[in-house]
Amino acid sequence: MSGFLAGLCVAVLPLLAAGFWLGRRTARPDGLGGLGTPVEHATFETLHTASLAAPPLRAGLTEETARKAARRLRTLLGTDALCLTDQKQVLVWDGVGGHHRTEIMERLAGPLETGRGEAFRLKCDAPDCPVRWAVVAPLTVDDRVHGALVACAPRESAVLVRAAGEVARWVNVQLELADLDQSRTRLIEAEIRALRAQISPHFIFNSLAVIASFVRTDPERARELLLEFADFTRYSFRRHGDFTTLADELHAIDHYLALVRARFGDRLSVTLQIAPEVLPVALPFLCLQPLVENAVKHGLEGKAVPAGKSHISITAQDAGAEALVVIEDDGAGMDPVLLRRILAGEVSPSGGIGLSNVDDRLRQVYGDDYGLVIETAVGAGMKITARLPKYQPGVHSAARRTEE
Amino acid sequence: MNSSYAVPAVALVVVATVLVGAFGLRISRTTSDFYVASRTVGPRLNAAAISGEYLSAASFLGIAGLVLVQGPDMLWYPVGYTAGYLVLLLFVAAPLRRSGAYTLPDFAEARLSSHAVRRLAGAFVVGVGWLYLLPQLQGAGLTLTVLTGAPQSLGGLIVAFVVVATVAAGGMRSITFVQAFQYWLKLTALLVPALFLVLAWQGDGAPRHAFEEPAAFREQRVVRVGDSVDLTLDRPLTVTASGTIDGRTHDDRRVRLPAGTHHIEAGTRLTFAKGAPVPMADRGTNGGMSTSLAASREERPLYATYGLILATFLGTMGLPHVVVRFYTSPHGVAARRTTVAVLGLIGAFYLLPPLYGALGRLYTPDLTLTGDADATVLLLPDRMIGGLGGDLLGALVAGGAFAAFLSTASGLTMAVAGVLTQDVLPTRGVRHFRLGTVLSMAVPLAASVLVGGLPVADAVGLAFAVSASSFCPLLVLGIWWRRLTPPGAAAGMLIGGGSAFVAVAATMAGFPDTGPLHALLAWPALWSVPLGFLTMVLVSLATPGQVPTGTEAILARFHLPEDLRAEVKA
Repeated sequence: MSGFLAGLCVAVLPLLAAGFWLGRRTARPDGLGGLGTPVEHATFETLHTASLAAPPLRAGLTEETARKAARRLRTLLGTDALCLTDQKQVLVWDGVGGHHRTEIMERLAGPLETGRGEAFRLKCDAPDCPVRWAVVAPLTVDDRVHGALVACAPRESAVLVRAAGEVARWVNVQLELADLDQSRTRLIEAEIRALRAQISPHFIFNSLAVIASFVRTDPERARELLLEFADFTRYSFRRHGDFTTLADELHAIDHYLALVRARFGDRLSVTLQIAPEVLPVALPFLCLQPLVENAVKHGLEGKAVPAGKSHISITAQDAGAEALVVIEDDGAGMDPVLLRRILAGEVSPSGGIGLSNVDDRLRQVYGDDYGLVIETAVGAGMKITARLPKYQPGVHSAARRTEE
Repeated sequence: MNSSYAVPAVALVVVATVLVGAFGLRISRTTSDFYVASRTVGPRLNAAAISGEYLSAASFLGIAGLVLVQGPDMLWYPVGYTAGYLVLLLFVAAPLRRSGAYTLPDFAEARLSSHAVRRLAGAFVVGVGWLYLLPQLQGAGLTLTVLTGAPQSLGGLIVAFVVVATVAAGGMRSITFVQAFQYWLKLTALLVPALFLVLAWQGDGAPRHAFEEPAAFREQRVVRVGDSVDLTLDRPLTVTASGTIDGRTHDDRRVRLPAGTHHIEAGTRLTFAKGAPVPMADRGTNGGMSTSLAASREERPLYATYGLILATFLGTMGLPHVVVRFYTSPHGVAARRTTVAVLGLIGAFYLLPPLYGALGRLYTPDLTLTGDADATVLLLPDRMIGGLGGDLLGALVAGGAFAAFLSTASGLTMAVAGVLTQDVLPTRGVRHFRLGTVLSMAVPLAASVLVGGLPVADAVGLAFAVSASSFCPLLVLGIWWRRLTPPGAAAGMLIGGGSAFVAVAATMAGFPDTGPLHALLAWPALWSVPLGFLTMVLVSLATPGQVPTGTEAILARFHLPEDLRAEVKA
């Protein structure tokens, strides 16, 4: 009896899932059959077909997208055969009469050159060939011909010429949007590359000054610091890959802190709590070091007196599919309103672009849900939380450290 | 047995788990220890964590019970559970780590860049996770019943509550240390009593007839039959009975039972004389962890054995809680080293349960009658050594058993909850992870309470079968075959995993009781795994236009060592 119940439970689960899925599928708003007059109905149908053809075309004109779009476009035109070409070859032939492919390509040379539509009779030896006549409508984006839409029919038809022209214009709009999409992606990539944190020039000056101050009094220390400086700059200047691992980033922070401690001595203390599980997490290159730099600055800023001490804690926790990194200082803090305006880009902060830069990059890589969370008030220190997903499509750390 | 030591031991394990999970090794470090603080998990520690998470109730208690009831044939279980990691090592470990995927749905998305396949993989993770959680909860119930006589569902409730509370409160932050601790705890809990038991066996003159002749009682013993059972006797047997046999009530009388089958009602008390052979109980109706599918196994031993081998060899790679642990390895080579270490650790562990089973055949043969064969490991110290020492060793074993339930259940709950939060529940955030945790434990808990006496070792086997028929084709073809397409992967998972799932449901419902069909459904891996592979290959070949762009680059990343890749890029 109990076994039967168990089986029933197990059997019901996939059924529920299937029902859920079916419900989702059928709930889509294409059940407009009973709505409106026949004319309105036809309009709906046309719009629906057009909307189905749009998404593949939004990815540009390739063999795959052409194949997906061609069937819809042929329904839209109501012809026997429809063909999409690029500059050199037929991308897809939907419908009958596929043996005209080469002929079409030869006849297309003119329209592809001039960018003007044309209609012509097809030469065919087969007596029962279903298509005898073709109309060509070039696909142009920004005055450049990308390809052509060819509709074939058994006989001449003025309606088809007009319709093919309109559809081609509609396709042009989609291709222009695709172009726009592409340039937007390129822009984001360029932006990420531009945002790729630069280490602040002040830091370089200060570090060199500190090292210089040790050269006479403690040459050994100066040598160590120079090596730390070399390691840190090597890491931040490296060129390959936009991503790194949390372990590598923490090592860079370690070098950075060594230099900072040399400058501030006992005034700065740091505690770490790192869950080893999250060390292999991939994250945008140099996106935690600016946060630490920020904490150092804020921590020591409000305490101008040399005796003032500052404490920074860095925590990395394992939280399921995410890693949680928290960087906290007990310094001057900041007015939340001002901070919000800095992050929104309305005010440029006094010392560098650290926080908003990191925030922008995290949002671009992981999506808007993954911006920095900052808790602060004047005089209450600052706590910055970054959530890093353990897996994100396209995010791979470039290399591992060679030493183990 | 005496529960005055066992209960504190169980409580101690629970508290230690919670404490190590919440605070263990979360030591704050100052900057001078930076290298120590940010050192990645080494292969050996990670391997102990994987083993700790993997060795479940079925391994800890079930295998000994199986060997006790059915003899050395059952040694295929530990072999299969271990060898699964060999397949994982050869074909999957390093490329999976290099893919950067944290969970199996992540892998599906990384390889096929398809959201639909990701969703489907997520659904199978939840299904396999729930199937695998069920036996953990029931095992906990059984253990607590044997130890204290508490109702069956209480142990499951306790484990469910502790796991949900710690996972939802974020108490499993140092999960690598918790699980590694659990492995060593489990090993100790079996190894130390085993040494004493072997000494006791030596002192007893080292009898060696465990598997050669039918088991016999070594002393006069009273057996109380918990569930109604059919006994099959080869020759006449004289017992003292109080209760109902074959419909006739006896009151503490000597009864001579002729050869043949006898039906014993629940609650009957049988007293066997010293040296009497242990009658064979007809299994199939009563619960316990190691019964149920025995009937079909006896009918078609070869088919059943191969089904078991295939399921365990290929199913390990699809267990959601095992896969996520590989992410902790810093790179592909470390993942491989970790797997080698896991093979060693698990291999060492699995030497012990069969030993308990063999000793159980000598010293506790009556457990086959009462349906409590899975309690062999728990009861042996009391039977063989007795006194305070026996109680203490029994308490140690009980603590180890609870460690097994807790570690596997918490790992599974985290994996299932992760998938539920990411792919099923609408929005993100910590609160939703908690909701996911509750949900991922509530379903198997409800099932285990509803269907009390479900055969448990088989539920584990069935979970392995589903995992082997859905994830094994996805992982192996995804890593080694460049022409895999998203529709192919989806179809293969649906048909392979789906058919295994249907077989599981039919078997649990007890749909065909006997015959070839029952054997086919009870050991589905032998046909469902090839079916999954075949569907995946054929549908992929039929949709050649849908090979994801960038497949070459993705496969190169899977297979090139990280150092080389950096050089190629630079």
